[in-house]
Amino acid sequence: MGHTYTPGLTVTPRTVISKKRILPLPGTVLVQAGETVASATVVARAELPGKVHVVNLVNQLGILPEDLPDYMIKREGEQIGKGEILAETKPFLGIKWLKTEIPSPVTGTVETVSTATGQVILREPPRPVELCAYLDGTVVEAFPGQGVRVEATCAFIQGIFGIGGETWGEMVLAVSSPDEELTESLLGPQHAGKIVVGGAFAGAEVLARAKAVGVKGIVVGGMHDKDLRALLGYDLGVAITGTEHVGFTLILTEGFGRIPMARKTFDLLTKLGGRKACVSGATQIRAGVIRPEIIVPLAPGERVEGIEAGQVGEARGGVKIGDPVRVIREPFFGHIGQVVGLPAELTGIPTESHVRVMEVMFSDGSRAVVPRANIEVIEG
Amino acid sequence: MTTPTGRPLLTIVATDCGSTTTKAILIEKVGGEYRQTYRGEAPTTVEAPFEDVTRGVLNAIAEIEELSGRKILDGEKIITPGGAGGDPKTGVDIYISTSSAGGGLQMMVAGVVQSMTSESAQRCALGAGAIVMDVLSSNDGRLPHEKIERIRSLRPDMILLSGGTDGGTVLHVVEMAEYIAAADPRPRLGMSYNLPLIYAGNKDARGRVTDILGKKTALTVTENLRPTLEKENLAPARNKIHDLFLEHVMAQAPGYKKLMAWAGAPIMPTPAAVGLIMETIAKKQGLNLIGVDIGGATTDVFSIFRGVFNRTVSANLGMSYSISNVLAEAGLGNIMRWVPFSIDEQDLRNRIKNKMIRPTTVPQTLDELQIEQAISREALRLALLHHKSLATGLKGVQQERSISDVFEQKGSGESLVDMLQLNLIVGSGGILSHAPRRVQSLLMMVDAYEPLGFTDLAVDSIFMMPHLGVLSTVDEQAATDVFVRDCLIYLGTCVAPIGQGAWGERCADYAITFTNSKDAVPPPAIKGTLNFGDLRLVPLAAGEEAVVSVVPARAVDVGAGKGVPVERRVKGGVVGLVLDGRGRPLQLPTKQDDRVRALTEWHKALNLYPS
Repeated sequence: MGHTYTPGLTVTPRTVISKKRILPLPGTVLVQAGETVASATVVARAELPGKVHVVNLVNQLGILPEDLPDYMIKREGEQIGKGEILAETKPFLGIKWLKTEIPSPVTGTVETVSTATGQVILREPPRPVELCAYLDGTVVEAFPGQGVRVEATCAFIQGIFGIGGETWGEMVLAVSSPDEELTESLLGPQHAGKIVVGGAFAGAEVLARAKAVGVKGIVVGGMHDKDLRALLGYDLGVAITGTEHVGFTLILTEGFGRIPMARKTFDLLTKLGGRKACVSGATQIRAGVIRPEIIVPLAPGERVEGIEAGQVGEARGGVKIGDPVRVIREPFFGHIGQVVGLPAELTGIPTESHVRVMEVMFSDGSRAVVPRANIEVIEG
Repeated sequence: MTTPTGRPLLTIVATDCGSTTTKAILIEKVGGEYRQTYRGEAPTTVEAPFEDVTRGVLNAIAEIEELSGRKILDGEKIITPGGAGGDPKTGVDIYISTSSAGGGLQMMVAGVVQSMTSESAQRCALGAGAIVMDVLSSNDGRLPHEKIERIRSLRPDMILLSGGTDGGTVLHVVEMAEYIAAADPRPRLGMSYNLPLIYAGNKDARGRVTDILGKKTALTVTENLRPTLEKENLAPARNKIHDLFLEHVMAQAPGYKKLMAWAGAPIMPTPAAVGLIMETIAKKQGLNLIGVDIGGATTDVFSIFRGVFNRTVSANLGMSYSISNVLAEAGLGNIMRWVPFSIDEQDLRNRIKNKMIRPTTVPQTLDELQIEQAISREALRLALLHHKSLATGLKGVQQERSISDVFEQKGSGESLVDMLQLNLIVGSGGILSHAPRRVQSLLMMVDAYEPLGFTDLAVDSIFMMPHLGVLSTVDEQAATDVFVRDCLIYLGTCVAPIGQGAWGERCADYAITFTNSKDAVPPPAIKGTLNFGDLRLVPLAAGEEAVVSVVPARAVDVGAGKGVPVERRVKGGVVGLVLDGRGRPLQLPTKQDDRVRALTEWHKALNLYPS
């Protein structure tokens, strides 16, 4: 394959983000195209079918399955309250108290009465599920019964890995440089409900402190795998995240280890400090890649001064000389540099593989040859 | 198969639409035999922004056009048959494809007894190329509401329901049908159609199951996959899975309707096609075979022993997306035992996690390569263990026992995977197919599988087994021609005596006579003693043959019994003949220094890594 495009993470002061907000099952859309929405606006609602309870009545009544309908007080489709009689045996010798009554264990509906198995299936009332807009923006498209598409002009920063779902709050910086670590002493009660930006690293104690003070989100360069295990309570085997409940949403911008946040990312987050940020830790690294994100809605026509927006994704084309890149594998893992050479031919590397490489110059002026697969363009 | 004009197929273009890459190959009849001549690849385009699988297919074929000079595409159409307009360099005779894009075929299976009908249903779904998301059984220990919640939350592409032998009780399978109905399961793709469900259980329950599920699902009834305890009948249900895969699942995926119209044969799920070509070859050559495809997310294992085909997929054992799970399942100690140096645990764990979140990176340094290859040994080992547990004889079968069985009673449901009867191991997937030195692939498989006695090893050169699998459905000769000539790269033969002993103690004496050498004068015969702890490489190139005589020590077995000499003709390969005296089961020194020393010596003996 001839293409040299190495996708990277987007860090841009201004772009338009479009999010499809779709219900897990058909429901009602509550907003219309053209409406302005905020993160917390409920845009659609659905009713999740209630929980199901299986009651084996034939065992309890001591009857045959085919006779079950004769003993039912409530029929298929009827409502029933908790404790109400569901079925009963016929009274012995007409004596009322010589009969067995089976009360319903739940409030709900009789869904099925099976003459094959003697089971009765009861369903609890449906549970409402509400879908929020997540972004401050405009509804650009409504999908009847399913959801909407919300669009927002915003600053947009992608992380490499995260845990925890969508949340929003004021973004604050707790460190003054991208290589500074987030420490316990830097977190206090003033960070409750905030999205806190750290620098190079957050350890287990800091994460425990964040949870204790009620931080909503943490954005940091790196962390150790062992601290992630401690936080989750298990070893994450496959990077499909977003449903964890650890008390806050966590986003790594660089990876695992102690890695200074890329300067461009840090500078942009610094400029955006004090503003509302919508963040999600959801990560999926298989087909249909999802990366964690920090979205800061902008006012119409607003620009973040001092940081240039570049082209993103396919629009920017392949890697070019001069592009800022991040090395994403040992032995230069985490180093940020600039592309200074793009030899076309396959080049032998110490493993004896022959791969396409690029020459990168780091900030200290040193140069290295790195497989193209091991670099990531810093986009935006 | 022939073209519409009745002549045999001369040119075939085949694609495999994978999750990330669409791979195309061109097969041409050259001088009376079929050869794979060109290949091209392009990113798969099932996802946004393209959302049309055919875009990636056209791009991959366009690459073949460029390389071969053959005009295959007319705009967005594939020109068939070949020779259009009288130009032999225009068009192809047939286009065929496999697909695992969008996560492949994801199924849930249900049965009554976990070790019987549920296991048969699982084997059926796996054999059809599916990823089995969960196996539900009446006796799986879950309460009814837990089963119902699970069915509802899974959102598979399809459900296979089995249970009960024909004429047996209908109660439990009907109960399972009621649970499925109560869950009202929705398909993974799309909101507007009913979930396909195949019923392949007790035929007496068909009426009731149809009453319960007929309106809630797209129900298909087929023959019982376990009509009696002694018999498994997987083919009808497997065929139904393939049909429904095309009619429902594929039809929902973006661009597949167009792709199906282009294809001259039904599109197959990728693993089903790989299984088919392995089964075809094993049966044709009378081999017992294990095939493995170790990918980024999953590891598929295929086996054919005594003609019985089995496939398993270890959904979370892979070398990139799932690499962290290999560490979690195998444990750090098991991975580190293959690494010939020491490394800080935290550093190693971080490196593995970084590979997980950036799965396309490649090792740049030798130690990174060695770590990745160590992890792959564990992924391969664990996937084979998983396979052995499912590739078994039928459980619950009554067995007649004679007095001779008193001392060696075997339960029903023993694994069919018999390493001593194994003839060939075929490895596939990036870490095996693209290892910088072929001997690295060989040793990864030998360390992970611990083959016994004499075993040949090979790798798939460019992962064209899916293409050949689907090709075998239209032209078996073409598929086997290409498989033998272009697909497999024979690495060589491993000779591994069974037994253990103190290192340095005699394991076996051997004599190697070169019978079919490329040199005008064959090299002189080699005689020697293999001691415990030895690992040796004897050059024996591809196309060469030798006769190997092994006289094992009294407590050592080379396949014919303890102490019994064995003589076998062996084939060469790009690596050669490996004599493995490290003992079976393989034992590595427990002390760190001794282990590193032993690994270093073995690696040196095989010239495994650059010095």
